[in-house]
Amino acid sequence: MDFALTEPQETIRKLAADFAAREVSPIAAAIDREERFPAEVVKRLGELGFMGMNVAAEFGGAALDTVSYIVALEEISKACASTGVIMSVNNSLVCWPLETFGNDEQKNRVLAPLARGEKLGAFCLSEPNAGTDAANQQTRAVRDGDHWVLNGLKNFITNGANADVLIVFAMADPEKKHKGINAYIVDTDTLGFAVIAKEKKMGLRASDTAQLAFDNVRVPAANLLGQPGEGFKIAMSTLDGGRIGIAAQALGIAQAAYDSAVAYAKQREQFGRPIASFQAIQWKIADMRTRLDAARLLTLRAAWLKDIKVRHSEESAMAKLFASETAGFVVNEAVQILGGNGYSKEYPVERHFRDAKICEIYEGTSEAQRMVIAAGQLR
Amino acid sequence: MDFDFSETQLMMRDMVRDFARREVAPLAREMDAQGEIPEALVAKLRESGFFALAFPEEFGGLAVDTISYALVVEELSRASAGVAIMVTVHNSVGSYPLAMFGSPEIKRRFLPRMAAGEIAAFCVTEAGAGSDAAALTSTARRDGDVWILEGSKLYVTNGARAAFFVVLARTPGTSGHRDIHAFVVERGSPGLTVAKKEDKMGLRASDTVALDLADVRVPADQLIGREGDGFRIAMAALDAGRIGVAFQALGIGYACLDEAVRYAKVREQFGRPLADQPVIQNMLADMATDLDAGRMLGFRAAWLKDRGRPCSKEAAMAKLFATEAAGRAADTALQIHGGYGYVKEYAVERYYRDVRITRIYEGTSEIQRLVIARRLLAES
Ligand SMILES: Cc1cc2nc3c(=O)[nH]c(=O)nc-3n(C[C@H](O)[C@H](O)[C@H](O)COP(=O)(O)OP(=O)(O)OC[C@H]3O[C@@H](n4cnc5c(N)ncnc54)[C@H](O)[C@@H]3O)c2cc1C
Ligand SMILES: Cc1cc2nc3c(=O)[nH]c(=O)nc-3n(C[C@H](O)[C@H](O)[C@H](O)COP(=O)(O)OP(=O)(O)OC[C@H]3O[C@@H](n4cnc5c(N)ncnc54)[C@H](O)[C@@H]3O)c2cc1C
Repeated sequence: MDFALTEPQETIRKLAADFAAREVSPIAAAIDREERFPAEVVKRLGELGFMGMNVAAEFGGAALDTVSYIVALEEISKACASTGVIMSVNNSLVCWPLETFGNDEQKNRVLAPLARGEKLGAFCLSEPNAGTDAANQQTRAVRDGDHWVLNGLKNFITNGANADVLIVFAMADPEKKHKGINAYIVDTDTLGFAVIAKEKKMGLRASDTAQLAFDNVRVPAANLLGQPGEGFKIAMSTLDGGRIGIAAQALGIAQAAYDSAVAYAKQREQFGRPIASFQAIQWKIADMRTRLDAARLLTLRAAWLKDIKVRHSEESAMAKLFASETAGFVVNEAVQILGGNGYSKEYPVERHFRDAKICEIYEGTSEAQRMVIAAGQLR
Repeated sequence: MDFDFSETQLMMRDMVRDFARREVAPLAREMDAQGEIPEALVAKLRESGFFALAFPEEFGGLAVDTISYALVVEELSRASAGVAIMVTVHNSVGSYPLAMFGSPEIKRRFLPRMAAGEIAAFCVTEAGAGSDAAALTSTARRDGDVWILEGSKLYVTNGARAAFFVVLARTPGTSGHRDIHAFVVERGSPGLTVAKKEDKMGLRASDTVALDLADVRVPADQLIGREGDGFRIAMAALDAGRIGVAFQALGIGYACLDEAVRYAKVREQFGRPLADQPVIQNMLADMATDLDAGRMLGFRAAWLKDRGRPCSKEAAMAKLFATEAAGRAADTALQIHGGYGYVKEYAVERYYRDVRITRIYEGTSEIQRLVIARRLLAES
């Protein structure tokens, strides 16, 4: 066992932390308030190699390991959770399946610009009637000569309004149920594609979450990702990795809230002494940090398993479940430690409190993670 | 980052798992009922080197690394928490003070005997000194070549069987933590008597006794460290001990998970196994996640310790989280067993009682939180 980051991993962490402190933290409150997509930050992340961190160099990526990606993502999310999810969707949910299931032509044509950060990707699985029950895809794909024709709606798509490239799941053979689902690469300038709504959200407000419509969208047959019928498998294995990213995002949010709360507790005085000297506050701090450390270790374990190419569905689910629920706990305690100030937008914990909640919902709710973990225990 | 165990660590774990299944588990229920560990099992543990685990090689020990040690404790504890605590008290708080702070002479005299299986105990707690260990009132008065100990000690694990006692006592008339000294006292020293054996809720296989110290004369060369080092020595020993208690709790916790999974698969109600019920599945998922989180904290603390790095805070986090996670796991496992979980035919009934102590000894959960918070506030 070795619980230390390697030197290269530590270098990446520092790079991410410095970048986040210099270019992300200063705008985080404003882009949250204005619901503004941080295009300039995303461009800089691309230049740093952070939009395709695990992609091979020949396809434009930074060729780093998952642990490096996870620690970088935590640092970015600590500054701004919205920026974290933009980065995590491009890396985990778009680049990863393209590199894993794509052919060389697709990797050169589609993956490389995404990995270099020249283009932005989105992952389109959820639909109005396919949330946790993702296999219930109603978007239809019908073969027509050299093309597939897509019709349907996608819901809650992160990066949806800003993306250049989409990975779209659609039902090609309803009789086969989840084995009839295909995955497609779709350019957003294709005729018939439209962004029909942008969600107004509690948190993650600088990240756009869009409803997308596909109206007779013609996709070249060369843009089928993987084999026919492989779509659901692609989606699920992608989410196994994506969940580690969401765990890292949750850790970043929680660490930021924890840091703010400790700093505040040491400086705020009541009854003639710092509130940090009260046992009740010390208890909160001990529990917050103990759980945060445990969550980080579970997350790094899952990332490490992914790096050594061992099946990690359960461990990713544990990391995601535990880290997101820990984040919920930590931000709540942080607001409590700041008292009235914690409820005010003057202090960043107010934003952390709103941002944390989504980690328990997307890429599989906590309830869905528990199903994955239980299945493993009962196997 | 590397979460793999080494070959040696895995070998050690497998050997102990096998031993625990063969030699310990079949006796666990009976040991709990009788309130004692049979001498024959102690002899087997001795032959297999369990009492030499943490000792330096030059004194006949196995000097296993802390991660191996953690794996050993977890496996033993899965079979019997009472046996596990006998082994851990001996290998940590009972001997660590000598190994870390003892003079070369003390080490040479006592450690080989301990490593050979003469059992050690650790005596800090008194009627008026529990969490507030520095409130202890047993006294040690220097008289020429000997120290004379007076007082009484409570809750001494291994006390009925121990050959050696690490005893903390203070200079008469003092208070606070400065004037506390640590001694190693041999069984049979005149004036050292076992006053009573506690009758406990759980961990019944392990003996816990009260000791009387009446005019006990201890040779001056059995002072551990220097005069006044006692409190520091005790705290350092407890730091080391906490990792062991964390894994003791985890062993019980994983045993609960195993039993819960097994039971949920075979028990049918409403025409299908309990395991088919989403609510039961949720319980299993939470147990597994919680325990794994505790385990990661435990291994991190062990890893730091092996590197000689400070690990008080991390050991406290591991102890706090693992013991509470194991407590939740025992509660859930019992719930999954329904009424059957409440009867002694099912092992979870014992696990439920056994696990409760882990949140109390070697520093209560409350004390761990204070330790953690103080360190965090000092470092940020
Ligand atoms: C900000 C944001 C960004 C998102 N980004 C993306 C994206 O980029 N791409 C994408 O495809 N999707 C995205 N999503 C969608 C997200 O993944 C879904 O919201 C999520 O999977 C849950 O689906 P749902 O909202 O339909 O909830 P439902 O599935 O309707 O669930 C509602 C509740 O019921 C519970 N539940 C459902 N089924 C069961 C069951 N069998 N047993 C027990 N409990 C159950 C759920 O756990 C939950 O508590 C995003 C969502 C948000 C809010
Ligand atoms: C089976 C068993 C084996 C043991 N083995 C040993 C052994 O081998 N050697 C040994 O020396 N001792 C041993 N002990 C003693 C054990 O370490 C103590 O019981 C433990 O330290 C707690 O002390 P106490 O029982 O006096 O509780 P108290 O200290 O009286 O605590 C009672 C409650 O008050 C809380 N509390 C106390 N102080 C504070 C505070 N400042 N802030 C907030 N809450 C506080 C505690 O957390 C606890 O909840 C053993 C005990 C048992 C039951």
